[in-house]
Amino acid sequence: MAHQIIATSRSRTGIPTGRLAVWWIIGSEILIFGGLIATYLLNRFNHGPSWSAEAAHTNTFIGAANTFWLLTSSLFVVLAHAASERKDAKKTRMWIWLTIMLGGFFMGFKTYEYTTEILHGYTIFTSNFWSFYYTATGLHGFHVVCGMVIMAIIAENDIKNERNWHRVENIGLYWHFVDIVWIFLFPLMYIAK
Amino acid sequence: MAEVAHADVSHGEHHDDHHEPSFWSKYIFSTDHKIIGFQYMFTGMAMALIGGYFAYVFRMQLAFPGSSIPFWGTLSPAAYNSLVTNHGTIMIFWVAMPVLIAAMGNFLIPLMIGCDDMVFPRINRLSYQIFLLSAVVLLASFFVPGGAFGGAWTSYAPLSAKAQYNSTPFGAPLWLIAVTLEIVAFLLGGINFITTTMNARAKGMKLYEIPMIVWMIVIASILFMCSVGPLVAGAVMLLFDQTLGTAFFDANAGGDPVLWQHLFWFFGHPEVYVVLLPAMGIVAEVTCTFARKKLFAYKLILYSSIGLGILSFFVWAHHQFISGVDPRATYLFTTTTLLISIPVAIILFAFVATLYGGSIRFTTAMLFALAFTGEFLLGGVTGIWLGSSGTDIYLHDTYFVLAHFHYTFVPIAIIATFAAIYYWFPKMFGRKMNETWGKIHFWGTIIGFNGIFIPLFILGAGGQHRRIYNFQNYPDLAGADMQDMRVFATMSLIVMLVFQIPFLINFIVSIKRGEKAGNNPWKANTLEWVAPSPPPHGNFGPVLPEVYRGPYEYSVEGREKDYWPQNEKPESEAT
Amino acid sequence: MFEFLDKFMPGILESLLPRASSYAIEIDVLFDVITILVGFWFFLVLGYFFYLIFRYRQRDGHKAEYISGETHKQKQAIEIPHYLILVCDVAIIIPTFLVWFNIKIDIPPPEEEVRIVAQQWAWTFYHAGEDRVLGTDDDIVTVNELHIKNNTQYSYHLESRDVMHSFSVPVFRLKQDAIPGRVISGHFKPILEGEWDIQCAEMCGVAHGIMGARIFIRSEAEHNAWLAANSPNSNGAGILAAAEQILSQEKEDQNNG
Repeated sequence: MAHQIIATSRSRTGIPTGRLAVWWIIGSEILIFGGLIATYLLNRFNHGPSWSAEAAHTNTFIGAANTFWLLTSSLFVVLAHAASERKDAKKTRMWIWLTIMLGGFFMGFKTYEYTTEILHGYTIFTSNFWSFYYTATGLHGFHVVCGMVIMAIIAENDIKNERNWHRVENIGLYWHFVDIVWIFLFPLMYIAK
Repeated sequence: MAEVAHADVSHGEHHDDHHEPSFWSKYIFSTDHKIIGFQYMFTGMAMALIGGYFAYVFRMQLAFPGSSIPFWGTLSPAAYNSLVTNHGTIMIFWVAMPVLIAAMGNFLIPLMIGCDDMVFPRINRLSYQIFLLSAVVLLASFFVPGGAFGGAWTSYAPLSAKAQYNSTPFGAPLWLIAVTLEIVAFLLGGINFITTTMNARAKGMKLYEIPMIVWMIVIASILFMCSVGPLVAGAVMLLFDQTLGTAFFDANAGGDPVLWQHLFWFFGHPEVYVVLLPAMGIVAEVTCTFARKKLFAYKLILYSSIGLGILSFFVWAHHQFISGVDPRATYLFTTTTLLISIPVAIILFAFVATLYGGSIRFTTAMLFALAFTGEFLLGGVTGIWLGSSGTDIYLHDTYFVLAHFHYTFVPIAIIATFAAIYYWFPKMFGRKMNETWGKIHFWGTIIGFNGIFIPLFILGAGGQHRRIYNFQNYPDLAGADMQDMRVFATMSLIVMLVFQIPFLINFIVSIKRGEKAGNNPWKANTLEWVAPSPPPHGNFGPVLPEVYRGPYEYSVEGREKDYWPQNEKPESEAT
Repeated sequence: MFEFLDKFMPGILESLLPRASSYAIEIDVLFDVITILVGFWFFLVLGYFFYLIFRYRQRDGHKAEYISGETHKQKQAIEIPHYLILVCDVAIIIPTFLVWFNIKIDIPPPEEEVRIVAQQWAWTFYHAGEDRVLGTDDDIVTVNELHIKNNTQYSYHLESRDVMHSFSVPVFRLKQDAIPGRVISGHFKPILEGEWDIQCAEMCGVAHGIMGARIFIRSEAEHNAWLAANSPNSNGAGILAAAEQILSQEKEDQNNG
């Protein structure tokens, strides 16, 4: 069992170290997704008509529904954070699990979406547009699942035992980031046709 | 090995006052920043031996083409390409970065800012474990069917994207996965450097009183984080091309090979400053201590470093002048590339100016620090021939480029590292390294180094291209004059490698039998010299130091001692 | 302008490798200009550096000074050299823009054209044949040999069949990457007869190192002879006519020389 490090509890800047760390992680992820999206945009400009033709086959309804799930889940995670500030363990856990549930809806709809697209013959190899589509949305989906897992651990390991309340804010920040990436992907892949 | 005593750090609940950690938890699974620093350092040094061995093998091939090379055998063209590729990859990702940033950063930052460990010790341990995994994956790529990847460290597509082109169906993805894992390890490590420096500073240590090396590692970490993202995206795409058969970079199927170049170099150029800044930080610390002088224009150096970092994002296409990018873009990139020499020159000039009015002691560490300044000056200025697009048409892909980047990288990864090792060895192990053997090591290294790369400038200017395994195949390059230069360069490399033997012996023997060093053998100011040598777990004991002044108050007028530690109370307050 | 400047320049690259193209002199002069400007600063700073090391070595009775480098005068000691360096940078940027424009952007109207196809691991050259038009039946296709006529403005069209390669002719001071899926054009004008190396300048796989080719630059007469001898429509009469042309040229030279 590691003893308490003094350094961990210090805060010369006034910003809690956990929050600094999450911003660092978000920063790196912004660059990764930014690179992917910038690449997509460049390709889209260069291959206008052919990519538009491919993009026409994405399922806008599912994309919109997924946007709704994620935006609402971001609201729920804010409510979870508010409850954690009040140190209300019961409400915090409830809102976290509701957030996870909506994340689950997102992944469920996505699974259905991928399945129908693949059955219709649009796989990752079909064309460059589809390669980007599956890579970008797949990488994003992976981040959604990771977020859900971490939220579950925080809810059951920390909040249930009424400690480390600050972690709710930190995972909330991460979840908002995941949401914002989707806000970029949705118009690019589903609306711009 | 390091004597990490178990100290009683008192604050509230601890469970391990009477619990003596096992070998495994003390040395292998430790969360102590000093041990993690050692782990990175020894892994980096081991990889340096491998990378150096590769250089020996392929330089022997170049000097004596077709011959049987001692400790290798004959070298096939495919194996030559693999050695050249992995020499570069290993030296940058598994030597320069781990030693300069992870080893020095981990060992020094908590000590220099006066706290007991990094803020997130378990993330720190995880970052080393991922790093070690990445090294294993890379080395594994040499033992798979088809052999290790041989498409150059730049891994241009479509050569790197399709096994039908590169003939290394397993080596190529393994190489890529290894590099990606290494990047993830350093992104994780960066979390600790930033948060610890910002938040866990000693009481009284203002921002402008942070030692320069700490700033440099922090800025380098931020620079790394901001530049590597697109490469990770690109690596995912390249991996899919290699393994799943997508066509992101395959022109014949609608992809764009030049896209990979942009994603790579957008990171690749800031990366050189990611390794340069910590090296300059090391030189700053060593120069001040052994010239007994305050660092010249601390704020100017700091702002120039930040400016350098920002500017480094706008020069990347100077690696691609003749690659088929829009030729008009070269006007912009030539201009930014020549301008970026200004902040680098400011920092180098500040180091030179720090010597003015000093009282210089020529310890081995100082010799290496001085050598950095002189050699890097040559490396930096030779970049101008390459940044100027007109001359780059001729010099691109020649040995001129190779000599340029070795005159920058070797000072960074090897010379500055030796300065750091000789300087902080007493703090790490409680004993000094032998100075006489240190000086022998120094002269052999420097003379050998220059002997390798000066001829390479000439060969490059004479039209000799890179990554070619036998110049006897080219009538214009096969002449005796040129071949003699190649042999001379190879012999110089062997000299340089031989002179590393005294270093290794000195290092190993001094750990047990070196002259015992007290807390502050060099009479330096920064906080790491307050802790015992070697520092115990928790570094400073129950009471962490408090800071009253900047780190470079040497030779202050009116004082008897020519140094003034940061934590020494001002006279008015001393009881 | 470059011919004028060349008179004052050390001619470093020329001492290593002949100038076989019309624009080689531009690159060589630019290289020398940079060498002089950079060399001056380099030796100045290095010399001062060694001087400081010697002058301020530790000696008895000499204590170090306390200098922060933050006073106006001290900062100027660093800033003024940098303004001077900036001037030198501009002195380099302007000619390099010019050289780059001349070689890479401006393509003079060609008298002859060649098509170059790079692949793993050989070069295929398409010469225009006696009708001097590329893409017709009398085109001459060679592998690893490029045959061109001296003092003639050429356009080249560069392609790749598989991975990135790079067409490099050191005696021309020319280099251009070949990108699969694209045709990249450029120009050169040979000015010196002879035979030299062509190298591949981009890592392209296992045999990248043995992907060399040769360039043959010949006088008009000799080049025409080569064309005639290698034309797909070649017959004995063509060769004979070409040989006669060479002999009469040589006789004329002898009479005049």
